[in-house]
Amino acid sequence: MKSILKVISIAALALTLIPSFLVLKGSITPELSKTLMLIGTIVWFGTASFWMNKSEEEEVES
Amino acid sequence: MSSSQNLKQRLEAVNEYERTPIPKNKLKGWKSFIGTYAGEHTAGTEFVIGPLFVAHGATAGDLVSGLIVGNILAILSWAFFTGKVAVKTRTTLYYQLEKIAGNRFTLFYNVVNAALFCFLAGSMIAVSATAVGIPFNLPMPSLTDIYPNSVGWIITVFCIGTVTTFVAMFGFNVISKFANIAAPWMIMIFIAAAVGVLPRLGINSFSDFWPVAETTIWNGVPLEGQSKFTFWHIMFFAWFCNMGMHIGMADMSLLRYAKKWTYGFSSATGVFLGHFIAWMASGILYSLFLLESKGSLVFAPGPIAYEAAGIAGAVCVVIAGWTTANPTLYRAGLAIQSINPKWKTWKVTLFVGLVTTIAACFPALVMQLLEFVALYGLILMPLGAVIFLDVFVLPKMGLASNYAELTKSHFNPAVGITWAVSLVFCLGLNIYGGIEIFFLGLPGWFVAVIVYLLASKAIQKKTTNVSPTIPLNY
Repeated sequence: MKSILKVISIAALALTLIPSFLVLKGSITPELSKTLMLIGTIVWFGTASFWMNKSEEEEVES
Repeated sequence: MSSSQNLKQRLEAVNEYERTPIPKNKLKGWKSFIGTYAGEHTAGTEFVIGPLFVAHGATAGDLVSGLIVGNILAILSWAFFTGKVAVKTRTTLYYQLEKIAGNRFTLFYNVVNAALFCFLAGSMIAVSATAVGIPFNLPMPSLTDIYPNSVGWIITVFCIGTVTTFVAMFGFNVISKFANIAAPWMIMIFIAAAVGVLPRLGINSFSDFWPVAETTIWNGVPLEGQSKFTFWHIMFFAWFCNMGMHIGMADMSLLRYAKKWTYGFSSATGVFLGHFIAWMASGILYSLFLLESKGSLVFAPGPIAYEAAGIAGAVCVVIAGWTTANPTLYRAGLAIQSINPKWKTWKVTLFVGLVTTIAACFPALVMQLLEFVALYGLILMPLGAVIFLDVFVLPKMGLASNYAELTKSHFNPAVGITWAVSLVFCLGLNIYGGIEIFFLGLPGWFVAVIVYLLASKAIQKKTTNVSPTIPLNY
């Protein structure tokens, strides 16, 4: 489960970053880029909190 | 049990080891520091500092080279100064200073320190407010504003201040967790916002970047009324903008949790993501704003980020401000709490948060950020030199460390003399020598070193050279 969440989180980060390079390349509009960045943001915060701090807590306990 | 009782119990259970070394089982792994530093230095200040390099007419070449050299020097300072001292003592700056300088000196120092932290946190709350105010059409402050320009601004600042204070009341763990989550996303937003506007600056491929950077973004021409920045300005600013935290030892509060002193190098994530990529990104955004607004005086990071990256950009400004304000409030709380250890940490943080929020209502705090950041580092620097010498050098000279604790004194004059002479020397260099505030830290540090060694030699009586503090073996 944790691995799936990690993959989704990393995909969300990519969704935040990559559209801007597509704007630079002229492949998508800035408006679409902004929408994709917002979706990436929501997914990141919705998934990362379930695994990022848990890894840290495990490390401290070990 | 009611929820309010439960909340009070949780708050009172927060133990931050203000007056005891961090126990071995509470030490944190390197991931915690990487997240904290990245979150703290990819922050609201970056939305202000990056644009100021544009305003001061830095050239693209000076900016890149100055930032690389200055950032490396900052990382080395965090590791070799703060990391070494923090791991050896595992105490906060405030408690360590009390043992060296005495509680009367520390009382005065803590009030000064907490005030500086409050102003820094306040400026970050104000930066967040420029983004939160967007949906309400809040009138934004301009470069020349000193006082709040509307009731809406005050209400917005108070809402953000309340949330920031509430989170800070729960201590380092909560702040660390939030910074961990926000940091990777924030840097993506910084990069994406800047890359997304490049076509509007005439950049349509990577090969276009450098020529446009040199001629349009960082064209070397300062805005009217702004001084010209050279390589040296940028290098020293990058090194000393966090002087209070590394050479000034404020980050002992964080690095005392580190398993090894080398965790000080984890500051690299903060400085190279925040003080390199983010400064350049925000400079690009501001340069575009200046071009398209034909030199508007409005200075509001929120709308600039919103225009470039939409809602995600505005949210980034809010969170960037928040992740700076939170640990800064936490530090201010520690500073005040050390005045009277009987005060509960959460109650002190609540008070500090109120003061900070009131300060955040004044936009001048944001507009004078460069000078304030330099001054803040300069004021704390001499005490960092004192702590470093006291821990590592004095014992080798046959002098006693923790002199105030050893002699049960309330005030160690050697520390007071060092602070006063160093700051008067720096002030003299500034007024009579015309040396800008960004360059004063380096000569000031050497003066502090010389004065503290001479003053300690002169003041310390023939005491038994054994510190009452038991050395740690971890």
